[in-house]
Amino acid sequence: MGMLVSLRDWIDARFPLTKMWEEHLSKYYAPKNFNFWYFFGSLALLVLVIQIITGIFLTMNYKPDATQAFASVEYIMRDVDWGWLIRYMHSTGASAFFIVVYLHMFRGLLYGSYKGPRELIWLFGMMIYLALMAEAFFGYLLPWGQMSYWGAQVIVSLFGAIPGIGDSLSLWIRGDYVISDVTLNRFFALHVIAVPLVLLVLVVMHILALHEVGSNNPDGVEIKKNKDENGIPKDGIPFHPYYTVKDIVGVVVFLMFFSFVIFFVPEGGGFFLESPNFQPADPLKTPPHIAPVWYFTPYYAMLRAITFDIGPMSSKFLGVIVMGAAVVILFFLPWLDRSPVKSIRYRGPIYKIMLGLFVAAFVMLGYLGTQAPTDTKTMFAQLGTAVYFAFFLLMPIYSKIDPTKPVPERVTGGH
Amino acid sequence: MKKQLLAVLLLVVPVLALASSENVHLDKANIDPTNKESLQRGARTFVNYCMGCHSAKYERYNRLARDLHISEEQVMQNLMFSGEKIGDHMDIAMQPSDAKNWFGAPPPDLTLVARVRGVNWLYTYLRSFYRDDSRPFGVNNQVFHNVGMPNVLWQLQGIQEPTYETVTDEDGHEHKVLEGIELKDAGEQSPAEFDRTVRDLVNFLAYMGEPIKQQRMALGVKVLLFLLVFFVVAYLLKKEYWKDVH
Amino acid sequence: MSGDGVDTSKRRFLIAATTVVGGVGAVYTAVPFLASWLPSERAKAAGAPVEADFSKLELGQMMRVQWRGKPVWVLKRTEEMLQALPTLDDRLRDPNSLEPQQPPYCQNTDRSIKPEILVMVGICTHLGCSPSFVPEALPQPFDPEWKGGFHCPCHGSKFDLAGRVFKGVPAPLNMVVPPYKYISETQVMVGVGEDEGAA
Repeated sequence: MGMLVSLRDWIDARFPLTKMWEEHLSKYYAPKNFNFWYFFGSLALLVLVIQIITGIFLTMNYKPDATQAFASVEYIMRDVDWGWLIRYMHSTGASAFFIVVYLHMFRGLLYGSYKGPRELIWLFGMMIYLALMAEAFFGYLLPWGQMSYWGAQVIVSLFGAIPGIGDSLSLWIRGDYVISDVTLNRFFALHVIAVPLVLLVLVVMHILALHEVGSNNPDGVEIKKNKDENGIPKDGIPFHPYYTVKDIVGVVVFLMFFSFVIFFVPEGGGFFLESPNFQPADPLKTPPHIAPVWYFTPYYAMLRAITFDIGPMSSKFLGVIVMGAAVVILFFLPWLDRSPVKSIRYRGPIYKIMLGLFVAAFVMLGYLGTQAPTDTKTMFAQLGTAVYFAFFLLMPIYSKIDPTKPVPERVTGGH
Repeated sequence: MKKQLLAVLLLVVPVLALASSENVHLDKANIDPTNKESLQRGARTFVNYCMGCHSAKYERYNRLARDLHISEEQVMQNLMFSGEKIGDHMDIAMQPSDAKNWFGAPPPDLTLVARVRGVNWLYTYLRSFYRDDSRPFGVNNQVFHNVGMPNVLWQLQGIQEPTYETVTDEDGHEHKVLEGIELKDAGEQSPAEFDRTVRDLVNFLAYMGEPIKQQRMALGVKVLLFLLVFFVVAYLLKKEYWKDVH
Repeated sequence: MSGDGVDTSKRRFLIAATTVVGGVGAVYTAVPFLASWLPSERAKAAGAPVEADFSKLELGQMMRVQWRGKPVWVLKRTEEMLQALPTLDDRLRDPNSLEPQQPPYCQNTDRSIKPEILVMVGICTHLGCSPSFVPEALPQPFDPEWKGGFHCPCHGSKFDLAGRVFKGVPAPLNMVVPPYKYISETQVMVGVGEDEGAA
């Protein structure tokens, strides 16, 4: 024991080990009333670690070469000892990442976690979300299946809708006239090095910003306003051990779901691994029905919902604009919300209805994006798009007029 | 919370109802992946009838021997014909360019076909060829219209003839529409025997799509049991510490 | 929050239990990742036993085949070569092949199944170079009393015509005799021993 203590002192004299431990864990005071929704932040971190480790091991056998990529994935699935498990962890991890992140973002909407003084946390989070979409998009090309190929073809072609520079831009992204070996090679580099580095930096900034202002909670009460004589928030408990032991439980439950998918339904009902992707990419033959992976489908449905031209702007261009705007508008959320309260617990009925409609529209759009378009479905998609944007664009008005309930001084409910 | 959930349901349900199934009816394959005899018979059918044109280039012969519980000697004697080594992939000699000339499109590799098409589709497809003299190989298929593949199993199955019904459309024109198919000339196998042959073949194709599947699921049970134990311990630990929090 | 009435021993026990269960889980999770570095099915298929047909080999000649990516030598030794072997025993580190560098059925003076045919992995036991074949029993720059054998160009290790290592050279062990068996009078299968089925 004495030796460990002196080792710690030796390090502390040279590196702020104990200081960091205390700042971020043992003396980081988190509100004591976290509920179910507060598991998803640490779970997102866990999934990031899973993706990095399994990703590193996949690169040891994957070949970023159009003539070998598909076969190298089957090599991993069949010939490498346990390769199948590592690959299924990675493919399931990709979907798990989005599930966890979507729930984490929804938590932000429920309890107003994006509102001041946490605007930067939200912005870093949104950048993480963008980086994650880029990471998923680049990664999806790598197995070089039919869905990889044609999905990438469609998404890169979207850039062609930008007036003037569009065609040269998509040519530049591909580095060829179609998606080809060149594209695969550069997407591989972006997927395994560039985007993960950005992602890691952003995650660190997200957490640093969080620990600077402190966590929000289901009551939206600032616990730092009520401190005891030692300067410790009365409603705060040290993250370690209280939330570490709680998060272990969350992690184990998450791992149960995660393992269930990996070992029993690794294809995720065709949503996590799409069946056309078991066919090697064929630049001469488009599969009958292409749809992006499920986590992109809400935006894809919005893209397809725009079937009409407005003045000189073509429906293709407008579709791309709407899709882009749907992501960009999320960044402005902290400034669109004019409500005096944070948490949904103390907001009026309008916000509750709007949030319900928004979630319903998002889920519906996600479903529609996986389906072949019909007239009725396009109509529903247009309706969903309208609701999606109304949630944000009307927020400055309805969040202001919405009657609120008085927010208590201290957090309620305990644990 | 409840209101939101209700709203989600109310909006999503009618959309889900829109998702109609406009596909052809598929028969259930009812394969049994644990039945090694069925897999062995399927492997033999695959090698004898399919591998003339189709490869299975990601599956190795020795893997097949190990997973189907047959010795490497038996595999070499019964399933390998052209001097390959036991560790080789189940590849074929036909060049894709030749194949393209003969069939219009190269016959696809079948290692992963069950993961692309699904077992029910394969089971129905392989039993749905019918005589159609307008086609290059004299047959058409109810599931895969105008398919470029001959009915390689016709000697076993016999020859199926199409039956048509006449439909009058809105403009008063009459159309002959394919109604169904029926067996005209019996083959070497009875319909029940032939169904079994195809079921075994599909079983084998499903195995080949993911050879690890059975071990994967067996391991999954153990992993989940372990996590259950972990959960109990972790939950007790959490409960103990959270006694402090009032 | 309060510290009173805390059952410390219960907490210690639960921490230990969680650590142990979590640790077991972590170790089991690590196994697939570590095991993925083992030779894959492709490497095993490429490393399958190979046949060597030495029917065209003349006395004193050597041929090379590749097994698991390594050179395997098949040397047809003359009567003089075989007779020279026992005379070298005092100059050798392990003349009786006590180290397990050969299958048991080759633990003899000739280190072979049939005396005239030597089958050996052509890799120096020092640092993995492939020694040169110097069969002539003539004085050599590296050894004035050379009776024929193998000389490693990298660090000067010397082996006799049964692959036995000399004293005073960097290589510590005799060269490796792989498992092999005769499948006809003039053919051996390298990679599978006399005592086993297909490897």
